Amino acid sequence: MSAFFAMGGYAMYVWPAYAVFFIVLIADYLNPWLRRRRNLRELRGRLARQAARQQRNPTAP
Amino acid sequence: MANWIPLWVHKLSSPPNFYRFAGTLRPWALGLALLTGAIALYGGLVLAPADYQQGDAYRIIFIHVPCAWMSLFIYGLMAVASFISLVWRIKLAEVVAMESAPIGAAFTFVTLVTGSLWGKPMWGTWWTWDARLTSELVLLFLYLGVIGLYHSFEDRRQGARAAAFLAIIGIINVPIVHFSVNWWNTLHQGSTIRILGPSKISTAMLWPLLTMMAATKFYYVASLFGRVRTDLLSLESGKDWVKQIAQREGQA
Amino acid sequence: MNHAPLGPACVAVLRRDLTLAWRRRGDIVMPVLYALIVITLFPFALGPEEALLQRIAGGAVLVTMLLAMLLALDAMFRSDIEDGSLEQLILSPQPLALMLGMKILAHWITTALPLIVIAPLLAGMLHLPTAVMPVLVYALLLSTPLLSLLGAVLVALTAGSRRSGMLLALMLLPLCVPVVIFAAGAVAAAQQGLPWLAPIAWLGAALVMALVLAPLACATALRIALDA
Repeated sequence: MSAFFAMGGYAMYVWPAYAVFFIVLIADYLNPWLRRRRNLRELRGRLARQAARQQRNPTAP
Repeated sequence: MANWIPLWVHKLSSPPNFYRFAGTLRPWALGLALLTGAIALYGGLVLAPADYQQGDAYRIIFIHVPCAWMSLFIYGLMAVASFISLVWRIKLAEVVAMESAPIGAAFTFVTLVTGSLWGKPMWGTWWTWDARLTSELVLLFLYLGVIGLYHSFEDRRQGARAAAFLAIIGIINVPIVHFSVNWWNTLHQGSTIRILGPSKISTAMLWPLLTMMAATKFYYVASLFGRVRTDLLSLESGKDWVKQIAQREGQA
Repeated sequence: MNHAPLGPACVAVLRRDLTLAWRRRGDIVMPVLYALIVITLFPFALGPEEALLQRIAGGAVLVTMLLAMLLALDAMFRSDIEDGSLEQLILSPQPLALMLGMKILAHWITTALPLIVIAPLLAGMLHLPTAVMPVLVYALLLSTPLLSLLGAVLVALTAGSRRSGMLLALMLLPLCVPVVIFAAGAVAAAQQGLPWLAPIAWLGAALVMALVLAPLACATALRIALDA
């Protein structure tokens, strides 16, 4: 098992390489999800403000 | 619109339809990516024997080569989507092109980093100006240029069209850059180190590599669909179908 | 149908841009001064040892030229967009690509030609052998129009956006890599006594293609960028 992690002495090259691979791809995958939540939250806020304005002023555009 | 395009493709390019389609397909794509990726990693890290020249350090190849391939493949797709978006003005093609760019840039970045980490134990240097790595670096700049241009416009659709045009100019440039960097290497031969990949790749090493290539493709689809869905929501935020989704997620 | 003849239209656009540039003569000097200052930085950075400077002379001059042209490119269409004359040009019955080609020519005459004139001086400051100077000038005569043409397409793309000069550099430099490689490669080959005609020929071929395609691409890019 420790031989597996040692990677024949090249561990400090192989494992960081794999780590970068996973970290970058996970960040890439999650990025749109965070953006989406933020956008939908802002959209809901905008709709709520619009509805409130309509209630106060039914004749306004 | 050309009549040879089947009706379902035409329907698919409408944002709410594609949103649903991509939403259904995305978990499957991610699942396939994780499954094939796990198989590839097991085959590459555990099953495949150590290389007699490079020891265990060669195992970086199992992520380096698929990422390099994807960086070029995605640029090609981006150029095709850009072409479609400029000629036929299809909003979905614009979104696909623009959202492919960050994924491609990510793969290019990983290619460069893993290449550097592979290079240090093998040739004793973190960076070498050999033809392939240098072309990859220029490719990263091309991606960043497209992303930068897209975000510099106030109007997102106009920005997408400008960046699409730049992507097409870029892809014409990619083979030219590769050719010129090759020539440049022959001119300055004394100072560069040639890459010696595994000279003959055994089957035990080949199948994990090919499996990982498939895994990264599935991943690209999964990531792209997620990004396109998010982008469609913000582009179409005035439409009812988006408002419904927003309200539904607010109550959940 | 098109009543205005093409030849006089081209000459008119060229003369207008050259006149306007001449009225702001000070601006023509700026890229030259910039190149001069940057070249003097190299010995300060690397030391005055002649052998070292001689090795980098060709490449340093080329990169400096590229950067100087990059700075000047930014202004290619800006004043015309601001006062609306570019949109008038787009609406005019003359083929837009040809008119833009004339504007690019005017820009090259006012920006690159002065740089090419002082290039032997700059190269001499870095001890480039005199025998190699003609090759440097050939390389510049072919590569600077390429830079102008490529740069014009990209400046047109960013015409309508809130851009920074850095974005233009980021977009232009990857596209310029082959130009730099062949131009500097020609000078380096000449310096080593190797045949230098092949890279010059490649530059020539690229220039011919760019002369035809770049104005068309520039016209498309302008239409995309200004179509707000």
